[in-house]
Amino acid sequence: MNHYLSIILFAPLAGALLLLVVDKRQENTIRWIANIVALIGFVASVPLWFWYNTANADFQFVERAPWIPSIGAEYFLGVDGLSVLLILLTTMMGSIAVLSSWTAITERVKEYYIFLLVLQTGMLGAFMSLDFLLFFLFWEVMLVPMYFLIGIWGSANRLYSAIKFFLYTLVGSVVMLLGILALYFYNHTLTGVWTFDVTQFHRLTDVPFNLQWWVFLAFFLGFAIKVPMFPFHTWLPDAHTDAPTAGSVILAAVLLKMVTYGFLRFSLPILPDASRSFVPMIVVLSIIGIVYGALVAMAQKDWKRLVAYSSVSHMAMVMLGMFALNPVGITGSIVQQLNHGISTGALFLLVGVVYERRHTREISEYGGLSKIMPVYAAVFLVMTMSSIGLPTLNGFIGEFLILQGVFVANKVWAAFAAVGIVLGAAYMLQLYQRTMFGAVENPKNERLLDLSHREFATFAPLIILAVWIGLYPKPFLDRLETSVAHVIARVNPQSTTQTACGSAPVTPGAAVATIASVEPSASAFLSQTPCDANGNPLPAAGQAPSTGSGQGPVGR
Amino acid sequence: MQYIWLIPLLPGLGALVNGLVGIRAFSRRTSGAVACATMIAALGVSLLAFWELLGLPADARAYDVTLASWIPAIPLQTQSGMGSLQVPWGFRLDPLSGLMILVVTGIGTLIHIYSTAYMAAEPRGGVARFFCYLNLFCFFMLVLVLGNNYLVMFVGWEGVGLCSYLLIGYWYQKKSASDAGKKAFITNRIGDWGFILGIFLVFYTFGTLDFRAVQNAAGAMRVESAGIGVLSIICLLLFVGAVGKSAQIPLYVWLPDAMEGPTPVSALIHAATMVTAGVYMVGRNAVLFSHAPTVMLIVAVVGVLTALFAASIGLVQYDIKRVLAYSTVSQLGYMFTAMGVGAFSAGAFHLMTHAFFKALLFLGSGSVIHAMGGEQDMRRMGGLKKYLPVTYATMVIGTLAIAGIPPLSGFFSKDEILFRSFEANKAIWALAVVTAMMTAFYMFRLLSMTFFGAYRGPAWEGAHRVGAHLAADPHDHGHAAAAHGAQDSQAGHGHGHGAWHGPHESPNAMTYPLMALAVGAIVAGFVGIPTALYGGNTIEHFLEPSFTAEEVRLKPDTTTETTTGTTTETATATGTLAATETTTGAAAVTEAESVRSVRLQPDQAPETPEAEESHALLELGLMGFSVLIAAIGIGVAWKLYVTSPEIADQLAERFAGAHRVLSNKYYVDELYDATVISGTMAGGRGLWAVDRNVIDGAVNGTGWVTIISSWFSGLTDRTVVDGLVNLVGRVVEAGSVVFRRLQTGLVQNYALVMLFGIFAFVSIYLFMRAGTL
Repeated sequence: MNHYLSIILFAPLAGALLLLVVDKRQENTIRWIANIVALIGFVASVPLWFWYNTANADFQFVERAPWIPSIGAEYFLGVDGLSVLLILLTTMMGSIAVLSSWTAITERVKEYYIFLLVLQTGMLGAFMSLDFLLFFLFWEVMLVPMYFLIGIWGSANRLYSAIKFFLYTLVGSVVMLLGILALYFYNHTLTGVWTFDVTQFHRLTDVPFNLQWWVFLAFFLGFAIKVPMFPFHTWLPDAHTDAPTAGSVILAAVLLKMVTYGFLRFSLPILPDASRSFVPMIVVLSIIGIVYGALVAMAQKDWKRLVAYSSVSHMAMVMLGMFALNPVGITGSIVQQLNHGISTGALFLLVGVVYERRHTREISEYGGLSKIMPVYAAVFLVMTMSSIGLPTLNGFIGEFLILQGVFVANKVWAAFAAVGIVLGAAYMLQLYQRTMFGAVENPKNERLLDLSHREFATFAPLIILAVWIGLYPKPFLDRLETSVAHVIARVNPQSTTQTACGSAPVTPGAAVATIASVEPSASAFLSQTPCDANGNPLPAAGQAPSTGSGQGPVGR
Repeated sequence: MQYIWLIPLLPGLGALVNGLVGIRAFSRRTSGAVACATMIAALGVSLLAFWELLGLPADARAYDVTLASWIPAIPLQTQSGMGSLQVPWGFRLDPLSGLMILVVTGIGTLIHIYSTAYMAAEPRGGVARFFCYLNLFCFFMLVLVLGNNYLVMFVGWEGVGLCSYLLIGYWYQKKSASDAGKKAFITNRIGDWGFILGIFLVFYTFGTLDFRAVQNAAGAMRVESAGIGVLSIICLLLFVGAVGKSAQIPLYVWLPDAMEGPTPVSALIHAATMVTAGVYMVGRNAVLFSHAPTVMLIVAVVGVLTALFAASIGLVQYDIKRVLAYSTVSQLGYMFTAMGVGAFSAGAFHLMTHAFFKALLFLGSGSVIHAMGGEQDMRRMGGLKKYLPVTYATMVIGTLAIAGIPPLSGFFSKDEILFRSFEANKAIWALAVVTAMMTAFYMFRLLSMTFFGAYRGPAWEGAHRVGAHLAADPHDHGHAAAAHGAQDSQAGHGHGHGAWHGPHESPNAMTYPLMALAVGAIVAGFVGIPTALYGGNTIEHFLEPSFTAEEVRLKPDTTTETTTGTTTETATATGTLAATETTTGAAAVTEAESVRSVRLQPDQAPETPEAEESHALLELGLMGFSVLIAAIGIGVAWKLYVTSPEIADQLAERFAGAHRVLSNKYYVDELYDATVISGTMAGGRGLWAVDRNVIDGAVNGTGWVTIISSWFSGLTDRTVVDGLVNLVGRVVEAGSVVFRRLQTGLVQNYALVMLFGIFAFVSIYLFMRAGTL
């Protein structure tokens, strides 16, 4: 199984190559091939869930071969818990996206599926690469098929949206490349080795703060655009609104995860000091994003655009949890990335279903669909609840962990961010009411068909996952433990040390005495506690305390 | 008692079956039967569990079951050092949750049975959907009361909110219903904002979310009698959650609107169980609250003001369900008053008795509405006594109970609250007494307008008369008018072709639950007969352990029986403290003792016989007074609505301003609409404009700048850069004119030139060579 990751990685590409030789008039054959390939891709990746060893903190399933030896670039793949989950999300959402396109796409079918499958390989590659240049390659590879998916198969304003998407992202990635090169040269001056090996970058200690700061800024621009963080978010609603359903699903469920993944894999562990110094700015932008995205979502008349703005709000929540810089916040942030993939992916699929029937996304065109499409309404209800974080569904686990983590970092941030759960309920329930409830007033809606079996099949796995994560997230959290510990050991080791900030170490027997003696006044209580994420002199990164895992040499 | 997780699970299964299969395949009967069967089973298991609980010694009545891990341990900083966030799916049966499961499954079962008849006219799939939601509600409600940690409680808390949303909006085709559902959910979410922050702070302070551990740790902390400490902030945040769920000022507005749901829903969710969750939650955190006197005062004040405020609105409403809704808000205020003055047991006691009589009153009103073919306006009822004898009799019992007439259940619980507030704060007591009078008044007003006097409803020879009459009444406030048309067809009963045959008694499936609840409304109070009346106040002693921290009362060895497993630190602490207490003895006034004396109210503290006697006298006096007050309220209502109804109208005219304010519910809805709701919506629209014009404008502006500058550079390109290139070209061209002459294309010329060239080169070469030699 030395090439297990490569098999997962190139299966979609092989499918795309196969499609090249099929006659383009054989549309159903093309559809079948694409679906089977995507499904095989997913099935092939499932063993990753079982074979991944949660006790092993190193990268697993490592593959390593020279790629461009003259500059030290390698074909270097490997996964940890974080990437395992994201890879599984990708293969699953990929096959769902392919399945959802069966009747939606009737023109240039062959090219469509080829682009979709190439995109899939690009995304998988980015999640697997441990070579920074390879990552960058895949990162750029994703851009092109997505551009065409929006530009060719999109709706009314597709060219504008596609170009906006492309240019915006490209600007970010150029700056990111500069950052990568800066690290590359810095590493060379330090070690004399030309390499893009990410695990080597993870081992760097005492990178000068100035360098860290600039490189972080470069990565941040590239990533922040794609999260998208306020105020770089306006490409997203356009891209989502005009993309075909599968494009929106992939964009929301997987492409956006690329950047949060990028923060966790690159920015935080490689540039710990800069990460901490950027906390206030990112937190402020995130909180603005949460509230702003929700409020703007409330004003939308276009169903898909509303979901897109909810995405802005949710992704801001993901960023906020990450920059709490403690294990609970980061774990929650990762779980919320999966949740966002599941629920927002499903919400876009749901819009797609009615769009295919009515060819309009105007909310006011709908109303009373519960009566006509009861199964659809039920699925929509589950996904709405998942999106607004109802306990027993997945969204709650993510939001709870994020906010609990943020709360420990800073209580005021948490109080502001939690406003998002109120506003989230407001805009989603308003959407649900306006589309599903009420009498059927538009005669065009009277004969709409309920979900077909194929359509239901696209939702079934998402519902199962939503309930699973909501009720029993342990298997997911277990897989994240070492990854999170590794990131934390690099970026904020204090958050897992045994010592209370500013007080003596606590022995179990003395716990109650401590509790009883702590009587903070209200003002002291509300002010920032000394042990939060920033403003702390920290030990040099890499001298991680005994958290037990994560800081050992990675790779092999 | 290992099996207590079955109690929520059974209705959960019922919901699953009805939801997945029932909506498609079940007949009305089958789906009703499935739902009722699961509830009866849950009731059976609850009774068994409660019986076993009673079998335990009073000090050891607590049992924890951990079903599975939910959130596994993740390291997280807490106030006192490194902790670990870890939450199990854990349930806890103790006196308080034992009482609650009986209320929920008992009243729940009755209401399920009632619903089989009440909803019989609904379409087949609709009935299954209804029972699916109703079962799901019971599932979440039982999770709420049985959860042994804050997060499991929060699951139930939000889950009942969802079911409430779905059931209020059960007739989703009606805009007012879906609006009301949405309003309920969002208003509750505002409260949840506080609740969830409270949970975060609990974890941060105590390092655990387990009720027992938190309670024990808090019990060891200092009472925050002066100023506001961390416990006060926790309690305040939790109370924000309770205010949302239990419809207190300022978040009560959703509950009256929630009456859009079918009446059994109003009875179960919006009277007996869900809305009391906030009270339950405060009771669950009694130890924390009793360490935060400032917040206790806030709770009491909010409670009593809500009680008064809602009761005053209830005085003038005409919609039978709305009167009951405001009454519920008011009675919930009573319960919070009890909690706020430290009478946790009394609050929980009132919660239980209220569940009986208010469920009874709601179901009775449902029976009336059913009989009237969907009519809810009391001005079109009257004289129904003779048509609905069973409903009438049971509703009289319910009304007497809520008014506090002995020896019905409401008397005992309400009196306990009044007595305890008298001891705590005379002003609060005074307001509570005024409320009691109003309660007696509006309830007898309801009874009189509905059952006494002349029949004012529509005639029933022909169905067309109903419609004509609806259009005729100008007094009707718009909302009710809009509702009636839909109600007639929806809440209507299964009398064949939709024709209405006049008021009639409801079927047995509806009247039997009424009778059962009536019995409950009579006898439920007997568990709480105060000592002044030579009763044992059994319920107070029974519930007391749930409201006190363990180390004060518990022997350490009893902890071994439980299976919490998450709180080794606090368990050690429990042992230590308990040990100190045994060594120092009861005489020593330790910190823990002073804590206890604050928590336990004076009547529990040892008293001399004389003091006890005067105490009892005071209690008896207060009792007599409140019965008198209730009687006055009843008398006035009787006078105004039965013997001389014209006075009511004259009063309404005389005090037209006040009447209008009350009829319009103090314009609070309008106020919220104008401020919070419009503000948020306008904010959303404003930001959307900003998004399009400013932020996206900047992006597009950048794009335009690029395009314009590229046009300029294109111009430069054409003129300057290309100009230079062309200049070079022209120069070359001009020069080439000369050379063109040479390019004749004739091979001979080229050969000639070549020959000359060779000749010239050879000559030069030879000359030079000669020269050098």
